[in-house]
Amino acid sequence: MNAPVLSVRNISKQFGGIRAVSDVSFDVHKGEILGLIGPNGSGKSTLFNCILGQLRPTTGHVEINGKPVDRVRPADLSLLGLGRTFQQLSVFPKMSVLDNIILAGQEHEGTMLSRLFGKPDAGLTGKAEQLIEFFRLTPYRDTPAGSLSYGQQKLVDAAMAFMAGPGIVLLDEPAGGVNLTMLTHLKERLMTYNIEHGTTFVVIEHNMEFVMSLCTRIIVLAQGEIIAEGKPEEIRANQMVIDAYLGG
Amino acid sequence: MAELIQILVSGLAAGSIYALAAVGFTLLWQASQTINFAQGEFVMLPAFFVLVGMTVLGLPMWPAIGLGLVLSLLILGVAFKRLIVEPMLPHGTLPLVIATIALGLLLKESVKELYGATAQPFPAVFPQTVFNVAGASVSIQDIGNLVVSMLAIGGLQLFLNRTRTGRCMQASAQNPAVAEILGVNVKRMVMYTFLINAALATIASVLISPIYLAKFSNGETLGLVAFIAAIVGGFNQIRGALVGGLLIGVIDNLSALYISAEYRSAMPLILLIAIILLRPQGLLGTPEGRTV
Amino acid sequence: MTKLQAILVALGVAILLVAPVGQGNYIIYTLCSWLLFSISAMGLNLTLGYAGQVSLAQAAFMGIGAYVTALLTLSGIHWGFATVISITSSFAVGLVLGYPALRVQHHFLAFVTLAFNTLLFLVLRNEEEITGGSFGLVGMPRPSFFGITTDSNLSFYYFSLICFLFSAGVMWWILRSPWGRAFKALRENPIRAESLGLKIRRQTLLAFAIGSAFGGFAGSLQAPLVQFIEPGSFALIHSLKLLLMVVVGGSGFFFGPMLGAAVVILLPEVLRFTEGYYLIIYSFLVIVLMVYSPNGLIGLGHKIIDKLRPRHEARRDMQQGAQL
Repeated sequence: MNAPVLSVRNISKQFGGIRAVSDVSFDVHKGEILGLIGPNGSGKSTLFNCILGQLRPTTGHVEINGKPVDRVRPADLSLLGLGRTFQQLSVFPKMSVLDNIILAGQEHEGTMLSRLFGKPDAGLTGKAEQLIEFFRLTPYRDTPAGSLSYGQQKLVDAAMAFMAGPGIVLLDEPAGGVNLTMLTHLKERLMTYNIEHGTTFVVIEHNMEFVMSLCTRIIVLAQGEIIAEGKPEEIRANQMVIDAYLGG
Repeated sequence: MAELIQILVSGLAAGSIYALAAVGFTLLWQASQTINFAQGEFVMLPAFFVLVGMTVLGLPMWPAIGLGLVLSLLILGVAFKRLIVEPMLPHGTLPLVIATIALGLLLKESVKELYGATAQPFPAVFPQTVFNVAGASVSIQDIGNLVVSMLAIGGLQLFLNRTRTGRCMQASAQNPAVAEILGVNVKRMVMYTFLINAALATIASVLISPIYLAKFSNGETLGLVAFIAAIVGGFNQIRGALVGGLLIGVIDNLSALYISAEYRSAMPLILLIAIILLRPQGLLGTPEGRTV
Repeated sequence: MTKLQAILVALGVAILLVAPVGQGNYIIYTLCSWLLFSISAMGLNLTLGYAGQVSLAQAAFMGIGAYVTALLTLSGIHWGFATVISITSSFAVGLVLGYPALRVQHHFLAFVTLAFNTLLFLVLRNEEEITGGSFGLVGMPRPSFFGITTDSNLSFYYFSLICFLFSAGVMWWILRSPWGRAFKALRENPIRAESLGLKIRRQTLLAFAIGSAFGGFAGSLQAPLVQFIEPGSFALIHSLKLLLMVVVGGSGFFFGPMLGAAVVILLPEVLRFTEGYYLIIYSFLVIVLMVYSPNGLIGLGHKIIDKLRPRHEARRDMQQGAQL
């Protein structure tokens, strides 16, 4: 296999006396859909925040395409090709869906000056419309994103994460609060996008069914450590995982 | 040396009154994210309620102060919360900022038109006697002001930390959602905060008006000083507001002596900018996680 | 811009062109001050309405513009050059002031600007040798361009109108560019914006500095209009007045500040019969407006139109529901 696009190297995170994550390492390769699961308090959110630069790990570091990215601000992570979605609704409510998605791409185009003097849409309308079409949001192109339904806003959030054509996208509980119809739609769209563009996904999720059917590989965390790693069917059969969930 | 003691005492006395306003300001911010730009006018107004009680209704001083307290609780506490803050909270901080600026103007202009534009003498709560300590002349009034303000703030601290209601108020301020789940009546707790603010403003008003006279425009400086004290001390702490208030009082009195009269009023502002630059969480504040 | 909007704008400009014809000096003067306060309020609207930062020093930036222009033109430098310096210095001061305030959170920019406005007032009043102290500066010449003077009030009006249209054009350009979208994103969800590659500190700082530069430009018009400036014209209360203009008109709407400036400047005239009660009525109206329509008069207008118009949003939802 070729070099990993995302490497997590010996990450530990301590909060006072509590070790939320201890010595976690893994690689993610191009085109993978990696699921990160674990019972509540297993440290997956902490780990996610360390990868995203929201928290500074006590030890260890994260590399994107072989480049260490500690101390990199969220804006620069995005410019390095790391897209993300949010657990809570995270759109720009008063801006139209089209503007939401153009915004997601414009900072990756040209310079500060060209963004002031160049085209109002930074030449991105076509690309944004393709994404809107891809997520079946075309009827809402000009609707303020805040007036869409919960599930539709999740789709806009996902579309924004893809707009700049990132190599890796981190999805933070994409299934949370989404109804079943919309969930199937979202999963199908994510898998199609993964196949068409070869984008790597890392997914944190509680919804087991969703993770098992979406991901190609799964890592299970419990009490801050990796207790299992493998294909969905292996994880399903792993006694340690079952214990961690039932015992935890 | 004697001069320094004198300045320290009068600075602390003035500062403790500023602290009353600053503590109320901080409480409102904690409980409802209200930045009350009318806080200075809240301190200016109760003195006029007292004056109305004495001159119009012919009440003696203490009943008039009681009347002033009741009116303040009703107008600056209940009415302010119900009619202005509550309907605007869902719209975020900005409209509320504008509304409190307008409220300050409304209170100020109303006093000017309805009571008078000139400074009014205000009865002193404490005798004006001055006595001598180590060569420094210290007035009973200053000591009295300091003691009353400290008692008020100390009592408030005890109330917030030791009583059930007080702890419920703190819980509501820190995490309203969780407090609600735990069965705390968050709305009522917020209302208590507004009442406490109104009461603190009344105390400050009664203490400060004998010194500066009661005037419609008093709120301008008082409000500014209260903001600065709250920020200097640490926006999220009562102790901070207290220290901030005292510090501003002392600095203001010191700069009156050692710095040109023209720039005396600049000192608290420079202190504010310095604090925001060097220690944005305030002297006693703890840094909050960045949200932006 | 739709065709209807273009027609309305053209109509508005036409009205502004004929408005002062045959009017007395006082009305022309009032119109001029409306134009220049609109420019300043437009700048504040960018900072406040679009980028969501509360600035309480817009009058101070007008002061910087006015004093710089006054001092330079009084020493014989042409207004055009003086104005460029005014705008640049307001922009630069905005950057210096905003940088520390935006490093920290909450509404600290509001407090820093509040303190700055008061400090500037003290400096203007106390540094008599340069600023003339509380007596201010008098006798600033009105500019002339290629032999055309703006000495008469009418010609100064047209000159102000050109400056106003120029400013509105610049603002419109900024708002329709990707910068405009970035500013709105800052207001609506800065955390999401940052995760999409937007350098939020830089963009916020720019909004504040550009807004301040508009204030400086308005100030450099105020100096030759009034031909007398004093520290009191740029005190904190005037910053609050500018804030009122933006919010009363409708912050975050392009035409909000112009409408707001008209209301704030004209209302005193309308309420003149109430004499001393003017400010009481005025502040009461502002509170009522904020309670019922936090988006100001334009927001109120939208609300009313929405109520009158039948809703078709719901039907589109049903369509989509069937599709899924």
